[in-house]
Amino acid sequence: MADDALAKGGSGVSSTLPHLPAASFQTAIEFIFEAQPSNVTGGKLVGGLSQTIELAMTQLEVTVLALALSMVVALPVGLYLGHRGTGELLAVGLGHAGRAIPELALIAFMAAVIGVGTLNVTIALAVLGVPPILTNAFVGIRQVDRASVEAARGIGMTEAEVLSKVEVPLAIPTLMTGIRGATIAIVATATIAPLAGVLTLGDYIINENVYGEDGVVAGAIVVALMALGLELLLALLQRRLTSKGLKLSSA
Amino acid sequence: MSSWALPVAAAGELPPDFFQERTSETLPCQATSKLFCFDWARENIDRYGTPTVQHLKLVALAVLIGFAIAFTLALLAHRRRWLRAPLLAATGVLYTIPSVAFFFLLLPLTGRGVDTAVIALTAFNLQIIYRNTIVGLANVPSPVKDAARGMGLTDRQILWRVELPLASPEIIAGLRIATVSTVAIATLAKFAGGGGLGVPIFANGIDFKTNIIIAGGIAILMALSFDAILYGIQWRMTPWRRVAQA
Amino acid sequence: MRTKTTRLSAPAAAMALALVLSLGVAACGSSNDTTGESTAESEGGGGAIVSNPANGKVTLTIGSKNFAESEITGEIYAQALEAAGYTVKTDLSLGSETIALKTLKQGEISGYPEYTSTALESLFGLEPEEVPAEAQPAYEKAKAEFEKEGLTAFPPTPFSSANAVGTLKKTAEELDLKTISDLKGKSEELSLYGSPECRQRSDCLAGLEKFYGLKFKSFHPVDIGLRYTVLEKGQADLSILFTTDPQLSAESDKFVILEDDKEVFPAGNVIFVTDQSVAKEAGPDLEKTIVEVQKGLTLPVMQELNARAELEKEPAKKVAADYLKEAGYTG
Repeated sequence: MADDALAKGGSGVSSTLPHLPAASFQTAIEFIFEAQPSNVTGGKLVGGLSQTIELAMTQLEVTVLALALSMVVALPVGLYLGHRGTGELLAVGLGHAGRAIPELALIAFMAAVIGVGTLNVTIALAVLGVPPILTNAFVGIRQVDRASVEAARGIGMTEAEVLSKVEVPLAIPTLMTGIRGATIAIVATATIAPLAGVLTLGDYIINENVYGEDGVVAGAIVVALMALGLELLLALLQRRLTSKGLKLSSA
Repeated sequence: MSSWALPVAAAGELPPDFFQERTSETLPCQATSKLFCFDWARENIDRYGTPTVQHLKLVALAVLIGFAIAFTLALLAHRRRWLRAPLLAATGVLYTIPSVAFFFLLLPLTGRGVDTAVIALTAFNLQIIYRNTIVGLANVPSPVKDAARGMGLTDRQILWRVELPLASPEIIAGLRIATVSTVAIATLAKFAGGGGLGVPIFANGIDFKTNIIIAGGIAILMALSFDAILYGIQWRMTPWRRVAQA
Repeated sequence: MRTKTTRLSAPAAAMALALVLSLGVAACGSSNDTTGESTAESEGGGGAIVSNPANGKVTLTIGSKNFAESEITGEIYAQALEAAGYTVKTDLSLGSETIALKTLKQGEISGYPEYTSTALESLFGLEPEEVPAEAQPAYEKAKAEFEKEGLTAFPPTPFSSANAVGTLKKTAEELDLKTISDLKGKSEELSLYGSPECRQRSDCLAGLEKFYGLKFKSFHPVDIGLRYTVLEKGQADLSILFTTDPQLSAESDKFVILEDDKEVFPAGNVIFVTDQSVAKEAGPDLEKTIVEVQKGLTLPVMQELNARAELEKEPAKKVAADYLKEAGYTG
């Protein structure tokens, strides 16, 4: 297409058309699979399947690590507070406050204070993941039918058993919703992690000067697919973990 | 054809006091990696004025348009149960796609600028508002609706005079969540060329901690203020809830 | 029985309000380009630049690349042109040279400051030995290449700047590094941090690998603004710096640059690149203003301006305005 010829940094009559779309979805998909010469002369190839997979793996890695970290921190606290019925202000307030954290400022701040690198980015992402998981753990446990809890205590279950065998299974929908929300926030922020030195798919998106508009759109496509894929996975997991009784009652 | 008048000193020569001696010891606070430079902050706070206004505009547009669309969709789906799941899924997809990716997916279509940023931000908050509205409407107790029908109200009147008022706490809660989230995400609008508080974070040095704290702090304050305002509206709109607590 | 409503049901009111507000906000100036702003400084005259009313009908948008020095030169040009009577908008910090050039070719900006070395090596693909060391030949070569693309370039600034491999002073002392060639045999243990496009540029990582034969332990792309931070925090062993950086003189006890003994990193002077048709439409005052106002930009002056922007964190607009005023260009 004539558009692409003009766009690939080639010399020619300077275009007088504004907003000439240089990347179509077609050229972007080609970028994902085939390495191409960069628009920046030097001839080095950019893009292609192996680089795309490498960036995607890094994004997945850092997402999973951050999610695990935030779950380790948030779940015990949220479940405990919910079980005891105290600390509502903290749990719910943290959820609200967590939503208000601007992602770009968080990544930049972490990079400025701790430095660039995987560990720092993981911590920053975990900070974003903790509020939704904590709040939903708390709310999920609180919403469990009190009668069931009392009945469980009545038949002699210990507090730990009440929590693990009665409250948590009944709170799974809310809990998983929190985890899914955290994942979405983490994946979205992991996309701008290249600013802090961790090369995720955001590298394609942020660095148009290296990868060209094809790379930018390609990066966006792959990130979107990854986010949707993770969400689907977690939704299926939620379906499997939700006990039959709950599923029937909500139908 | 203009001719220039040359000043007394040849233009281009600078007075000797133009140059300053700088050494590691005499660097001002903002050149070091101190956490917060109060003096600099006080003197330069006006740099954040335009980005803050841009940010407000982005959020206002995204939330209002998002509300208009999501609310309408929810009303449609309220009557037609078969619409609920598909619309939830559709808005869910828009919510899951990271905003940065969305900006650049729109790039071939709408180019850079505020429009692209607003479209992506609007898409982001559709699901929140839609889901809360649907759930709020669904939670209206049937006895109340039956009573209203018994009083002779039409379906439409029931919707606007009974269901929606009773659902309003849930709807406003959704609006609160959407607004707070949109304020946070709008810092990324910088990547779409849409301005906002993301711009000063880059412009004044991405590792300049004072700058990040100010820009991020303004965003957080903005989010919490909107939250408080909407909470106040929610409180005023539900006097029956207040009576129950009193 | 008719039920009387004492007030409009709240959700309906909310919806109406929402629609009205959104229309209002949308109408209140939703320009597609929020980064373009008018440099509204109207100097009261008395400076060397005289305003020519005939220029008022020409609108120019001045762009720049995404680091302080480029933004400062862009602002200097923009404000000088405004003093000369043009209607000027700025759209600074577009990105690296490929983005800036693309924006120029697409007509979204009227011109931007480029470096002769970057133009020749990065945009036109010349090898380092083909880049002339002197300012005037380099300018003429670059101008000839730009003219093949329907663009043109104006004469160069007095100062020139080059990429450099920099490190902490104590690292250089420990490893006995004075020139880049000293890195041979040692670079495999060292990490290099540079801008994302550095990997491809022959006046950056690609050149270090090709012409110096160096292999590094790792290369990490980071934002240009972090080039000193990564050294200070001890994460980078080596970092790509600019020879005009203010930190090199103000913090000379901390940072050093290694000598480019094989001359792989050519120094480039700044030239204003614009479209031929834009230059024609704008008339002779465009080139004249640019050439006159950059006469004061010697190396010490540019370093001072950089220091104000990068160390004192003054906005590029103010730095440029102060320069123009103290040099006598504006009143």
